[in-house]
Formats: sequence, structure tokens, C-alpha cells
Amino acid sequence: MAENDKQNTNVVAERSLAVERLRSWSANAIEEVIEFRGETTIVVPRKVLLAIAERCREQENLNFNLLTDATCLDRFPLEPRFELNYHLVSIPRRDKLRIRVRLAGDDPVVDSLVPVWPGANWLEREIFDLFGIRFTGHPDLRRILLPDDWEGYPLRKDFPVEGYRDIPAIATRYTRNRP
Amino acid sequence: MSTFASTTTVETATGAAKTMVLNMGPQHPSTHGVLRILLELDGEVVVRAVPDLGYLHTGIEKSCEDKTYSQAITLTDRIDYLNPLGNNLVYCLAVEKLLGIDVPKRAQYIRVLLVELQRISSHLVWLGTHAIDLGAMSVFLYCFREREEILKIFEFVTGQRMMTSYIRIGGLALEPPPGWLQRVEKFVNMMPSRIDEYESLLTGNRIWIGRTKDIGYISAEDAIALSMTGPTLRAAGVAYDNRKLFPYSSYEEFDFEVPTRTDSDCFGRYMIRVSEMRESLKIVRQAMSKIPSDGPIRTEAPGIVPPEREKMKTEMEALIYHFKIFTEGFSPPPGETFVTVESPRGELGAFVASDGSPKPLRVHFRSPSFINLQALPKLIEGRLIADVIACIGTIDIVLGEVDR
Repeated sequence: MAENDKQNTNVVAERSLAVERLRSWSANAIEEVIEFRGETTIVVPRKVLLAIAERCREQENLNFNLLTDATCLDRFPLEPRFELNYHLVSIPRRDKLRIRVRLAGDDPVVDSLVPVWPGANWLEREIFDLFGIRFTGHPDLRRILLPDDWEGYPLRKDFPVEGYRDIPAIATRYTRNRP
Repeated sequence: MSTFASTTTVETATGAAKTMVLNMGPQHPSTHGVLRILLELDGEVVVRAVPDLGYLHTGIEKSCEDKTYSQAITLTDRIDYLNPLGNNLVYCLAVEKLLGIDVPKRAQYIRVLLVELQRISSHLVWLGTHAIDLGAMSVFLYCFREREEILKIFEFVTGQRMMTSYIRIGGLALEPPPGWLQRVEKFVNMMPSRIDEYESLLTGNRIWIGRTKDIGYISAEDAIALSMTGPTLRAAGVAYDNRKLFPYSSYEEFDFEVPTRTDSDCFGRYMIRVSEMRESLKIVRQAMSKIPSDGPIRTEAPGIVPPEREKMKTEMEALIYHFKIFTEGFSPPPGETFVTVESPRGELGAFVASDGSPKPLRVHFRSPSFINLQALPKLIEGRLIADVIACIGTIDIVLGEVDR
């Protein structure tokens, strides 16, 4: 167990090193650093996301070459309601990092990371499909899992679990007649 | 699908030529489920390929938000139906991390043993179906014969052949029955010669080599850029395996190799998966000798892990906890965790977010099939239609996991 703890502290030191390296590049690029259960999250403003992602991938001593996952979280009715989480892995450095961007419900638009990691393509399409976040600069922003004519974004918290009805045309009638 | 018109004109070596759009799937047997691909063809050569998904979308992530943390385990089985134990494991690891609880060593070793058996059974289904796609009928029958043995072990241990729900938050669902290790041992002793048998049918087979060698090449840089993981990435020469790089469930105590190759074609991926089956057998053997004969299979965490049946009959608190766990559930502290494990198909991740209530705020699965499938156009564009089938097989997709 003691050995495990030692390993953990090493990992944490290494991770905060990554955060320090990003800080030394730009002092106000990182809004907040969250440490929870040994996972490091950096919260960045929307306008620097693309720049910081490029930095994470290109800079020699960061080298986050694999974008393993991107997902969204809806904190409705809190504002800013959307949280985008990008999970990065550096295979050569055996390191992980999470980049988080907070987005307001009335303006869910963010830069696409496809220019940095081409693998972000389908991940962002899935987020667009299920949450309605728009990615500027995405080469092919279409729905991916749901039919093209689907109405609404089912993983938003204000979308009922049982849905409205199977057929979108009925859904509008159904909501209008609701008391 | 309005992405491209039914006919377009492309420049070829002999001048302008008309191309044809062919719809493949969703009911095509070689798509391993309900994958639809739009192929733009110039003669027999694929010019462009656009996968179309979602035919099996069941909204599992949304359903998880409406269940308690323990109830959601049954949904995880149904994501990747060839790897239910692995899905149980990644979800439980994420929730355990969120709660900050440890799991007894005995349960960890049993988890490792079962997940490695599951990896073998998943690779067997892959090998059998991939071979049948390419015309080698008999391999399918042999592979399913051995897979049946593994499913029988699962039925013996967990009570279910496929949707096991055996790995639970804080440990395991129930004590494995006496004599189960003997059955595992029998299987482990029998299996190496059976893997040799598959290899003798395929590895040197001229038709097999002709259909797989130099087909579906992808460079290591492209594979990483497209977020590919698992055997496809390892066949490109990158030794990325979560069991080694970010060990979980005591994998750091096991001695095994991560096979890699550099040819990165369908044949290379076949060889990688065959070697992985042998490595998994090594891990199963080690786990068998490591598992202590008795000890707890669940951690002591009142209010989170159900108490033992005997205690419920004698202790008031145990009865109350049992009632509360199954009626209102438990509330982890607010926060988010992301845990990744190595599934047979690649990096399987679970992102679980809590807001302090008994139901998860968000559950997301990073499914390797979905992300690896993204590279399919890269593998098949510029190649023949016949290679499309080899390439779909080689990335080993499970449509349940792609669409969730």
C-alpha cells in the first residue's frame, strides 16, 4: 500500500508539471485546475481551447498525442450549463490530462479540435447530435447516431427520458397540447 | 443521405470517368450487425466510403442517468455483448474511484481471470466471423466450439452465459461455486493446442494470406491521429496497452507481453489477436495461482456494498443498509472520474459524473468500436470492394458498442 502511495504522488507531481508547463507558456490560459481522485482537470476559456490543444499536442515536453475521448455534461438548470471534457493521453510520457470548457446554454458554440486531432471528428459529431453543441471549423457536422430529421437533443437534461413520441412530427403536437 | 450526389465525376488515369454509389448494409452479413456504408465506386475500386451508423442506438447513456449507480450495471452488459464482463469492470472501477473505495485482492484477481477469459472468447468470435467473411468456413466452427467452453464457465460462475452483471461496485456479485477453478484449468490446458489448430488452418494458408496481407494498411501516425487503440494500433507498432501503461485491478502484478508488429495490415492484426489469446492464457494461469482460496469478495463499505445475507438476519444495521441500497441507492461525492481499461477491441473508457445525488449525472462510454470505425474510410479508399469486407472484419467492431 505504501508503495502505491509513492507511485501516486509521483504521478501527481508529474501531472502538475504538465500544468506548470502550460502555465509558463501563457499565464492566463488556465482558469482553474481541479484535482479529484488523482485526475487532473484544467478548465480553459473557450477562446483559447484550440491554441491550448495545439500546445498540448505539439510541445515536446507535453506530447499529448492521443485524444482518447471527448464528451459533454449538462448541468441544467445551472449556468453555464454545458461542460465539454477532452481526455488526452500522452503515450510516450504515460500521462493523462483532461481539458474542460464551460459553455453557456444560449451560446453553445466552440472551436472544433479536428485540425489538431482528426479523431475528434466523430466524437464532436456525437456531441453535436446528442447535446446540440456546435463546433466551428468542423468539416462534416451532421448527426451521427440519430436520424437526420430528429428534433431535439436527447442527452440534454430538459429532454425527458421517455422522449416525446417516436415520431418527431407528433412530438410538437404532443407538447403543445400538454397542460 | 445528402452527402454526395448519386453520380459524380472523378479524374482517373484514363481521363474523366463516372462513378457509382453503392449502398452496403445495414443488413449485409459481413458488416457484423447493422452498419451501413455508402461506397462510391469507380469500377471495382472504392473512391470514397461514408459509414452511416445509429441503427442500434438505444440511448443507454440516457437510461443510465435515470437509474441508481448499481442498477446501471445491467445496462453496461448490453453495450458490447461480446465483452460484458469488461464493461461491468470499467463502469464499476469508475464508480469505485468516484466513491474512493478499494476492492479486496481476491476479488481483483477473479476479475482479472474472468476478463481475460472474456478477451479470449471475444477474439474467438472475431476470428471465426472474420474467417467466414473471407471464405474459411471451418475455422468458425472450431472457434465457436471453444467459445462455448468459456460461456459454460461463465454460466457456472456467474449464472449467465452472456449478460453476466457479475462484477459489482465494491467487488463481485457472489462467491464463485466450488470446483470452478478446475474447470478453468481444464480449459486452459486444452486451449494452447486449439490455438495451434487455428493457426495451422490460417497462418500459412495461401488464400488467407492473399486476402489479408498488405490489405488495409494504416501508418502508426495516422492511427494515433484517428484515436485508434487496441490490436489495430499495436499492429502498427505502438505498444499502447492500458494493462501495462495505466494498470488497474492489480494488472501490474502479472507477467505478460504486449505483442506488437510493424506490418499494420489485416494479416498483422490477425497475428496480434492470436498472440493476445496466448498472453491471456498466461494471465489466466497466473491468476489461478494467485487467487486465495478464501477471503472476502466484497469490500466493507456500509451503505454502498450490500451486507452478507447472514448478517442481515442477525444485525439491525445490515438490514437497514440493505434496504436503503436497494431502494434509494447511495450518493457518491460530487465529481467526475474517467477510467480506461483494455477491452478486446481497444481502450474502453467510462466517464461517470456525480452531483451528489443517488443517480449519476452523466455516464459516458468511450467505446473502442465507435472510434476505431472512424478509420474505416482510410483503410478502404483506393482498394477493391472485396477488401472492404476484410477491413470491416479486421477492426473488430461490435455494433451494439458503436451505437450504444
